[in-house]
Amino acid sequence: MDVMPKWAEVVLVPLISLILAAILSALVILGIGEDPVAAVKLMVSGALGSTYGWGYTLYYATNFMFTGLCVAIAFHARLFNIGGEGQAMLGGLGVALACLYIPWPHWSLALIGATTMAALFGAAWAAIPAFLQAKRGSHIVITTIMFNFIAAAVLNYILVNMLRPKGSMDPATARFPDATKLPTLHDLLAPIGINFSKAAPANISLLVAIAACFFLWVLIWRTRLGYEIRAYGHSESAAKYAGISPVKITMITMIISGGLAGMMAINNVMGESERLVLNATEGAGFIGIAVALMGRSHPLGVFLAAILFGFLYQGGAELALWTSIPRELIVVIQALVILFTGALDNMVRMPLEKIFLSIRNARAPKPERKPVEPAE
Amino acid sequence: MDYMTLIQLLDSTVRLATPLLLACLAGLFSERAGIFDIGLDGKMLAAAFFSAAVAAMSGNVWLGLLAGIAASLALSLLHGLASITFRGNQLISGVAINFLAAGLTVLIAQDWFQQGGRTPSLIGGARFNPITLPFADALEPMPIIGPLYAELISGHSILVYAAFAAVPLTWWLLYRTRFGLRLRAVGENPAAVDTAGVSVIGLRYAAVCICGVLCGIAGAYLSTALQAGFIKDMSAGRGYIALAALIFAKWRPWYALWATLLFGLFGALETRPDVIEALIGIKVQGQLLGALPYVMTVIILAGFVGKAIPPRAGGEPYVKER
Amino acid sequence: MNDKTDMERQATAAPAIELKGISKAFGPVQANKDISIRVMPGTIHGIIGENGAGKSTLMSILYGFYKADKGEIFISGQKTDIPDSQAAIAAGIGMVFQHFKLVENFTVLENIILGAEDGRLLKPSLAKARKSLLKLADDYGLKVDPDALIQDIGVGMQQRVEILKALYRQADILILDEPTGVLTPAEADQLFRILGRLRSEGKTIILITHKLREIMEITDTVSVMRRGQMTATVKTAETSPAELAELMVGRKVLLRVDKVPAQPGDVVLDIHGLRVVDEKGVERLRGIDLQVRAGEILGVAGVAGNGQSELLEVLGGYQTATGTVHVKGQALDLTGKQSDGQSRRNHGIAHVPEDRQREGLIMDYHAWENTAFGYHKDPSYRSGILMNNAAIKADTVEKMERFDVRPPNPKLAAKNFSGGNQQKIVLAREIERNPDLLLIGQPTRGVDIGAIEFIHQQIVALRDQGKAILLVSVELEEILALSDRVAVMFDGQVMGVRNAADTDEKELGLMMAGITDADAKIGV
Repeated sequence: MDVMPKWAEVVLVPLISLILAAILSALVILGIGEDPVAAVKLMVSGALGSTYGWGYTLYYATNFMFTGLCVAIAFHARLFNIGGEGQAMLGGLGVALACLYIPWPHWSLALIGATTMAALFGAAWAAIPAFLQAKRGSHIVITTIMFNFIAAAVLNYILVNMLRPKGSMDPATARFPDATKLPTLHDLLAPIGINFSKAAPANISLLVAIAACFFLWVLIWRTRLGYEIRAYGHSESAAKYAGISPVKITMITMIISGGLAGMMAINNVMGESERLVLNATEGAGFIGIAVALMGRSHPLGVFLAAILFGFLYQGGAELALWTSIPRELIVVIQALVILFTGALDNMVRMPLEKIFLSIRNARAPKPERKPVEPAE
Repeated sequence: MDYMTLIQLLDSTVRLATPLLLACLAGLFSERAGIFDIGLDGKMLAAAFFSAAVAAMSGNVWLGLLAGIAASLALSLLHGLASITFRGNQLISGVAINFLAAGLTVLIAQDWFQQGGRTPSLIGGARFNPITLPFADALEPMPIIGPLYAELISGHSILVYAAFAAVPLTWWLLYRTRFGLRLRAVGENPAAVDTAGVSVIGLRYAAVCICGVLCGIAGAYLSTALQAGFIKDMSAGRGYIALAALIFAKWRPWYALWATLLFGLFGALETRPDVIEALIGIKVQGQLLGALPYVMTVIILAGFVGKAIPPRAGGEPYVKER
Repeated sequence: MNDKTDMERQATAAPAIELKGISKAFGPVQANKDISIRVMPGTIHGIIGENGAGKSTLMSILYGFYKADKGEIFISGQKTDIPDSQAAIAAGIGMVFQHFKLVENFTVLENIILGAEDGRLLKPSLAKARKSLLKLADDYGLKVDPDALIQDIGVGMQQRVEILKALYRQADILILDEPTGVLTPAEADQLFRILGRLRSEGKTIILITHKLREIMEITDTVSVMRRGQMTATVKTAETSPAELAELMVGRKVLLRVDKVPAQPGDVVLDIHGLRVVDEKGVERLRGIDLQVRAGEILGVAGVAGNGQSELLEVLGGYQTATGTVHVKGQALDLTGKQSDGQSRRNHGIAHVPEDRQREGLIMDYHAWENTAFGYHKDPSYRSGILMNNAAIKADTVEKMERFDVRPPNPKLAAKNFSGGNQQKIVLAREIERNPDLLLIGQPTRGVDIGAIEFIHQQIVALRDQGKAILLVSVELEEILALSDRVAVMFDGQVMGVRNAADTDEKELGLMMAGITDADAKIGV
């Protein structure tokens, strides 16, 4: 039974969760002897006060859009994909192979090729746990966690033993050719007369990520596949009745999910570092969980949450630079957001539902509704 | 490979298996009661930091151990609050706890010690030092048995012996006591426990607290016995390996011992590539060996080698219904 | 025990249970409204009412599962607070739930001592329980194997374990919630014998059921509930099924559906040698042969769990099977790629599933999304690669009007409709597709009286349009009222097929218990 109006469900609950997370974060900052207000000011000026700051904020946000969408689409099928991290690592491998071994004539073709490879590698890495879930009933949360570790080991092995240039000690590939260099926001905005920071890493991948948000919205809410994915997520037994194959939906959803995580690599590997290094993902796969939870698994919500986390990341880096607050503050905030918007959802929801119920009862003292089917 | 190498290898196996074993038993209590816990890693990490920090400040490792247990217990209660009281998603709660620990430990370490997220090195009474068992020195010269006793069995910290003692204790508690019966029942069918007049919430909180204590000891072992101090992210995914071991062990205490010893052996081999090369004649990359526990767990989960059936009510919050 | 002492005791003793003014609401739904009831010791007291009348809620309050919003409970004259099951057990109340509360991979003995152990160690508790169990088994004729695992014993046996659990806790008051729902008539008779014995030992029993036959057969007094209220309490000997039925529904039930004789046409559904083996390796269907013709309703009767669900699942395309099924002469794929709900629908099969909340509807989907459920790939719902949501909504508005769904709001989530209106949404979706064959399971389960009539009329109207209808229901009255022919299922087999006009509840009841004509004649 819906107790709360839709706006409360969509806006109020996440907002209150966010405020709770913010209050606790402020307490943490106070606890380590810093001033939360000054910290927020510093974060805002550092992340949003210049095109340089924006460039980093949007760069991080691009990563989080991909990983957030990755977790969100899986949530719609009631699958919890914790493997975004590993899938993004493999995506990086795909990008590296595409950029290093194919002589691209132009960045645009390279982008298409690298995106395809990134998505394929990420999807393949997600497809194995998906298959094991669908066919063998192996819990996908555990298998995707395991696959994160396996991905790290595999990548480490490949970088050290195969892709590392001769004479280099670094477990990293060679630099990608110049033809694969993606245009940054500076390059894109200069023709229309906006002078965007040259040093910031935000690049054309941002547009790909925004397009991905839009396409995912269409997919989830406007296509038959999306209808089937959501139906399966709500009720497996009903899905079977309707002729929706659980195996098919699990596979397709996870392949899309892994593909999206993999696509993150065009931003961080191709757009920013221009070579594949160990730990290129820097935990972005996990942040996707927080982003998807906060965005209520809706692509628009994911878009907004990704920008918020991009801001937190860039702001956090600035804090670490100018104060004695370590970058790990962001990890704490991320944890609190996951905690309040995910695990402690009911703590926020239950009191709210009570309030709305009493408001409704106060408005209509004698409910017209017939007590037709009390839970029996 | 000579005998001494084998003894050394087994010795480091035991040392590496100990935190896995403690965390694995911790997870066993929680999951047997129907509460999935992927936050083992975070709890160990928090305990590792607080025990090292308090030990460093007080010079007393026992105070450190208590602090570590308290920290881990606090996170356990948070997990209980989210997954038992507010019936939230246990997996998401576990993820949050892992991040919370990863972030807070560095934040607080930096605030307290200003050493880039680590504690000072622990010395003397601030560490758990090896215990020499009786007659170890006297027996050492004896062939075979001597080194076995003196090197492998003797000479570990008290926490190692505690961890191994925890296995039969867990078994006894689970299968021979009223508490164990109820604990197993609540993980299989909480409604049966509820209608029998026993509090589901109470039992589950008890299980989660035991889990917290054991994770606390595991974390304390990492920073005060295995290493001499806390460093950032020092649990290094051990909580996840323990989780893997738990599945590998099919949620049973004795199997947990063998599983963690096996994974401990992999860990020991990782640092001795020469031994593997001598054994199988091929050079095996350490990174791949490190991934072996995960690969094996996936194979077990896939049911290709025996089927791991988790507790039936695991992961589901209990809602009263008829 | 003779009548005199019995009467004396009833006259002097305080009621075993007395409830005064119990009320309980779940959100906006008033499940119990100001209920008062007295149950005398040493009697069997029936509580009867339709699904959803609030019987189970009332008993759950008595067992401390829910807390009443208002009202008082007296046990043997003492005002008693029952905040949890612990308190109920202490007050001498035992409850056998409709869905058993047993730990499947524990033994019988472990289940019995769970929560009632002596001391902290198991060994002495188990030894003691084993002894008591033997005594209880002797005293009441409740034989069980104490070392069997629950998952290995049948439902009848599991129910015994539940009763033993209560007796082991020295319950004087035993509540049984719909105990015969999963039992064959023979098993039910056995249960009633046990209950009779318990009564003669001085136990008080409350029997919750919606079956009139059981009330008449075994109870001493009966209370009737309707829509959360207690409408009457009468002595069973002084009432009649007709009177109780009227009290239950509030007016005379019209279970006679007005219909003209069937005009059966060609065979539409032809089933041969249908077998289903479930994942545990248990044979659920053991060679079913059935035919349904155009323009007739074939009712499938049987106690729940005798293969009816599997039959619907196979025909609906989500259970694999062996054997052959033809629809209008075309063979259905029972195992391969074409064995799914989509291709069944393409064969002209519509399906109103037994459990609309788990299968027929996505409870969180809006009504309009549910209208497309299963037909979401239909060309009329499509525009290019996208779904044509506007077309679906328009279609929903029409269907809601034709089927009188209330409220007629296509943007309301399915969970916000009443049971009857949910069923109408499913029915509208399936019937309006103009199928050749309609599968319909438990069409009026949890549906209010007004909607029952409407739904029955729709089914008959579809028959009169010349469609074939396979109706599965555990309500024998419904089967007899609607069907032209009746097939009875028992233990995965069809015991026989009868013309509805030539049979009665008695004959069907015997068949439901697995007794064939031949058996009946030789007097088994």
